[in-house]
Amino acid sequence: MSGQRITIEPVTRIEGHAKVTIHLDEHGAVDQAFFHVNEFRGFEKFCEGRMYFEMPVITPRICGICPVSHHLTAAKACDELLGSPPPRPAHLLRELLHMGQLIQSHGMHFFELAGPDLLLGFDADPAIRNVVGLIQANPELALRAVNLRKFGQEIIQTLGGRKVHPNLAVPGGVNKTLKPAERDAILAQLGEAIETIQLGLAIIKDWAAKYQEDIEKFAVFPSGYLGLITFEGSLELYEGPCRLVDARGELLEDFSAGNYLDHIAEHVEDWSYLKFPYYKKMGWPNGAYRVGPLARLNVAQKVGTPLASEEFEQFKALNPGKPVENSLYYHYARLIEALFAAERVQVLLDDPDIFGRDILNTHREFKGEGVGVLEAPRGTLLHHYWTDDQGKLERVNLIVATGHNNWAMSKAVDVVAKTYFKGKVEEGILNRVEAAIRAYDPCLSCSTHAIGQMPLLDEVVNREGRLLDTLRRD
Amino acid sequence: MTKPKLSSDWLAACAGCHMSLLDIDERIVKLAELADIRATPITDLKEPDEGGVDIGILTGAVNLTNHEEVALRMRERCKILVALGDCAVFGGVVAMRNFFKLEEALARAYIETESTDEDGKIPDSPQLGIPTEVRPVSNVVKVDLCIPGCPPDADVIYEVLSELVQGRMPEIKDEKLQWH
Repeated sequence: MSGQRITIEPVTRIEGHAKVTIHLDEHGAVDQAFFHVNEFRGFEKFCEGRMYFEMPVITPRICGICPVSHHLTAAKACDELLGSPPPRPAHLLRELLHMGQLIQSHGMHFFELAGPDLLLGFDADPAIRNVVGLIQANPELALRAVNLRKFGQEIIQTLGGRKVHPNLAVPGGVNKTLKPAERDAILAQLGEAIETIQLGLAIIKDWAAKYQEDIEKFAVFPSGYLGLITFEGSLELYEGPCRLVDARGELLEDFSAGNYLDHIAEHVEDWSYLKFPYYKKMGWPNGAYRVGPLARLNVAQKVGTPLASEEFEQFKALNPGKPVENSLYYHYARLIEALFAAERVQVLLDDPDIFGRDILNTHREFKGEGVGVLEAPRGTLLHHYWTDDQGKLERVNLIVATGHNNWAMSKAVDVVAKTYFKGKVEEGILNRVEAAIRAYDPCLSCSTHAIGQMPLLDEVVNREGRLLDTLRRD
Repeated sequence: MTKPKLSSDWLAACAGCHMSLLDIDERIVKLAELADIRATPITDLKEPDEGGVDIGILTGAVNLTNHEEVALRMRERCKILVALGDCAVFGGVVAMRNFFKLEEALARAYIETESTDEDGKIPDSPQLGIPTEVRPVSNVVKVDLCIPGCPPDADVIYEVLSELVQGRMPEIKDEKLQWH
């Protein structure tokens, strides 16, 4: 391929390691841009041989932004492999933990990761285009943003003992009940949290009105959409059947997570450590679909809490009767979900079973295989475990949220580079390419899982330094 | 007098240590007053200043060739290097990979997993780093200060950074040494 190559490394204000290469043709126009995910650690392999009950503690280390997603999904997979569904109070407490996570993660992303682009501008000086720049430009808003994240983190800490890598869920239930004083403390802060989210919604709607031209041309493309759903077709983030719809919003599949292998396969490319999930029936790449806030609101037909429902109706009106395709509207959808999560906190805390002491199912009908599913902040998360009859893990398969969006992020990067690059390498243009990725709020540590090669030479020497033996692993 | 410069990066990390840093909440305002926060994963500068920074922070273990480069560059460009979190200090959870044969692990991820289609192969583009044995940061560069924890507590992180930016070397002992 002739022509120059521009590299953006690393992509900042995302979770994880990525770089972008933009390949120019001989005329200096963009030929193709690539989104390279450049990390992997190998949880799917190194969890082999561990006991199933360690997974709710090991797998959160996949990600420090959404450890709760892995913690809960691991517990759900364990519930299934044990044949021990959790009692209702445990189910409620787990969902409450998840809502705390959605609030902190979505809040942080909107204000602190995406916010600098939206509030300070794509072309702002990179030295200040960050959370510190926000603090200086609008200290009151920045403080609200910090407190919103803190609110979500404190729910997590109350239930799970700490903010990052908490411990609440165990196979068959949870390990702690909720106290009335803890409930009161959460409710005391809920009003302010909702206000901050609504402030965020006002910001994104104003921004969208001002930059309508960009919104219409910035990474807008058709795809399928995947998300959990309630049986009535309402937005669901914790537990339910999976729904996949096509680019027109028409139903492709309704399936339970346990059958994901019938519907989802993963494609590999040389140039990324992140695989590309797709809908098997339509093959690669036609079967590509998106997940996460935009996708979930495209899949859902309604939202079950009043404030979020009102926002949802406005959102649906952006493209009546059809899915919303604009990547930048992820930011808008993210805040609607944050609002839904905050309202769910009230619903859960008002449930008479929230103080229930029946928190652990000790009955066992051991199956040795289980799939857990959850809507992580960034998309549909699947954990699949196979154990021997003692519960020692033989195989682990993970399809992690952001991974489903790999095709979309790659496409977004390519399309934005082609839309905005006019021959001169300007920082603001490169930042827009990064902003295409940021819209998806990727969690790349979550999404990658492989291991590499390292030859090892062990030399055994005696006290005099004489070589006794050599062990080699190539 | 110019404020001391602070820069951070993440290697084979989960971002939990950076999230614990953000859990200092509103104290970030104070930190931004005391120090000039330069390149970090959540700010837009792409590397620590060539002219040098005062405090460099690395989280995560070294498990890819480009991590070695990042660690060497950070060591070169900072006066005090902090290894933050169990992965950077010891290897952490990610070091569990060292117990397995690498070729089997690669095959598992990119060929054998039940959802990977029949065209699975191991990625090998020159744009990607090459995997290595998982090691703590101190195996690659000299580390001046270790803060263990998975992640370390936000209060400990704040106190350490606050001391460092005011020119003092903090002491981590007793309840501040957390072994989660």
